[in-house]
Amino acid sequence: MTMEQPPVLEAQGITKYFYSPEKTKVLKGVSFRVHRGEFVSVAGKSGCGKSTLLYILSTMDTDYEGKLLIEQQLVTGRRPDDLARIRNEKIGFVFQFHYLLNEFSVLENVMIPALKLGKLSREEIEHRAMEKLRIFDMHQHALKKANQLSGGQKQRVAITRALINDPLIIMGDEPTGNLDKKNSETVFNIFKELAGTFHQTMLVVTHDPEFAAGTDRTIVMEDGNIIDDLTNSNLP
Amino acid sequence: MKSGLITSIARSLMVARFKQTLVAAIGVTFSITMFVALLGFMNGLNIMLDSLVINRTPHIRLYNDIKPNPDQPVGRVQAFAGSYNIIRSLKPNASRESIYNNEAIMNTLRADKRVLGVAPKITSRVFFNVGATDMLGIVNGVDVEEENHLFRFSDYVTSGNFTDLKNVANSIILGKGAADRMLAEIGDVIQATTSQGNRVQLKVVGYFQSGLGELDNVQCYASIGTVQKMTGQPASYITDIQVKLHHLEMAPALAKEYGAVFGVDADDIQTVNAQFETGTGVRSMISYAVGITLLVVSGFGIYNILNMMIYEKMDTIAILKATGFSGGDVNRIFTTIAVSIGIVGGAAGILLGFLVCLGIERIPFETEALPTIKTFPVDFNPKYYAIAGVFSLVTTYFAGFFPARKASAVDPVDIIRGK
Ligand SMILES: Nc1ncnc2c1ncn2[C@@H]1O[C@H](COP(=O)(O)OP(=O)(O)O)[C@@H](O)[C@H]1O
Ligand SMILES: [Mg+2]
Repeated sequence: MTMEQPPVLEAQGITKYFYSPEKTKVLKGVSFRVHRGEFVSVAGKSGCGKSTLLYILSTMDTDYEGKLLIEQQLVTGRRPDDLARIRNEKIGFVFQFHYLLNEFSVLENVMIPALKLGKLSREEIEHRAMEKLRIFDMHQHALKKANQLSGGQKQRVAITRALINDPLIIMGDEPTGNLDKKNSETVFNIFKELAGTFHQTMLVVTHDPEFAAGTDRTIVMEDGNIIDDLTNSNLP
Repeated sequence: MKSGLITSIARSLMVARFKQTLVAAIGVTFSITMFVALLGFMNGLNIMLDSLVINRTPHIRLYNDIKPNPDQPVGRVQAFAGSYNIIRSLKPNASRESIYNNEAIMNTLRADKRVLGVAPKITSRVFFNVGATDMLGIVNGVDVEEENHLFRFSDYVTSGNFTDLKNVANSIILGKGAADRMLAEIGDVIQATTSQGNRVQLKVVGYFQSGLGELDNVQCYASIGTVQKMTGQPASYITDIQVKLHHLEMAPALAKEYGAVFGVDADDIQTVNAQFETGTGVRSMISYAVGITLLVVSGFGIYNILNMMIYEKMDTIAILKATGFSGGDVNRIFTTIAVSIGIVGGAAGILLGFLVCLGIERIPFETEALPTIKTFPVDFNPKYYAIAGVFSLVTTYFAGFFPARKASAVDPVDIIRGK
């Protein structure tokens, strides 16, 4: 097992309140670690706090108690610009509702986070983006506008975009939640391939038990607490 | 690379909302056009109206004023040196109106590098005898060539030839209003009585029209020699020396200097015509106010359109932030949009404004009162274009300021969760 390695992501006693309509404790001291190469799912009933937790882990929500460490560095309390930089460099996102930029082509959507990072030249980035699109068989749609794609195709582009900067971890909030059965399967297979072939670290929120069962490890939540942490034995 | 990305995102957002962006830019174009046209036109008029006076008025006038001697005998008595001496029933002394040693003064002035030119003048009050009535007139004896050189005399002689003043003996150019009242035609001989009681016959060789009606009713011109002869004065008799300077602004200081050096009274144009400066100031202030109001209105247009754009593009902003764009980056994107609208709209407005000015300049504008003006006057001073350019940038920047700040403060979690 990889348990001896230092964790990629660590949550220490994360507690979150919502103040409207009244003060409610949505996360009640959540702690766990994610190690390199792990494919982790967070499961639980709707409303138990999965999305809330993911937004905190993604550094977008900074209004919480407890500590968040990425690669053993404390992230909690850092300046917004630093957090933006961390998201750009280390975290890839896949949301339930595709969230591509409709003003841009598929290729540009994939390129933008890398252009923002600014480590490679435009040509190199374009080349990389095309390569990654090819992996998911989306390269022939590269020049289409994002809103000319189907739901499943959009989600494949969103995954490609999440991968463009070779992130430390990919986070997904119900990435198959808005897809039909067939597309859902395609996207799930992509995640499986990323885990199996590329050993990509991933943390995916889902309330689909089948999806959860297909991951290495499932963190089960209920009412703002982690109630179970299962290692799944996946026979291929 | 980074700022290139910001501009390319800004451009894509503008292209995606092309119509609204265009409307905002047209708003700026319209107001800048109006601003430039208004200022050009207003100041064209200003300059014309001012030049009515300034062209005709010497920058400095040297003359001997009729006034009591400031150096009264009591002032020389040692015993009263420290006290206030009150003298009643003081009368002006019989000082000569003629400027003493004027030939030498004029030569000195002509040698002064600050002086553009010098023209002598005699002013003489006369009565024109028209049938049974007498009409008051002022005959200005002028050096025809100098007068034309410095004060564009020929521009204002609307009929007849101004050089006839010099070439025809005992000739006079009548003010248009005076001529109309006297029913005097060119070629007629009129009779006048001078204040010394001399009766003279003068031949009308032209009409003079300054555009200022009051002036044209009384002012007439003759050569210096004619007036000297009329009034029975010697050839050295000159009542006014008119000085035109290279720089108008120096007039007050030089007037003081010349007054002291030559021992005469010296008036500068600023003191005599203070009201014109005021009128000009007020008129340009009004045009600036209207222009800036227009710009502010178009600024609100941009503000609205940007706000709408931000409202529509919440998803885009959220996803940019989620993928690593900071609040500052988002702010820069929307500021870029606002300023681009300002640059494009402003540039188009400056160009259009220039064309409108060219158009206005072609509109015929003929009036009795302004004989030298054939079309509307327009001022093409580059200053207005520069101000318009700067203002278009400043207003669009401020119009974009709050929307951009709002965009930069968008919380991506709210948007992503909201779906
Ligand atoms: N902005 C908010 N204000 C108040 N309560 C919220 C807000 N967002 C979520 N909640 C509440 O927090 C709880 C957890 O929500 P969420 O994390 O979205 O659950 P899940 O993703 O597991 O379905 C729910 O009870 C939800 O109603
Ligand atoms: Mg959820």
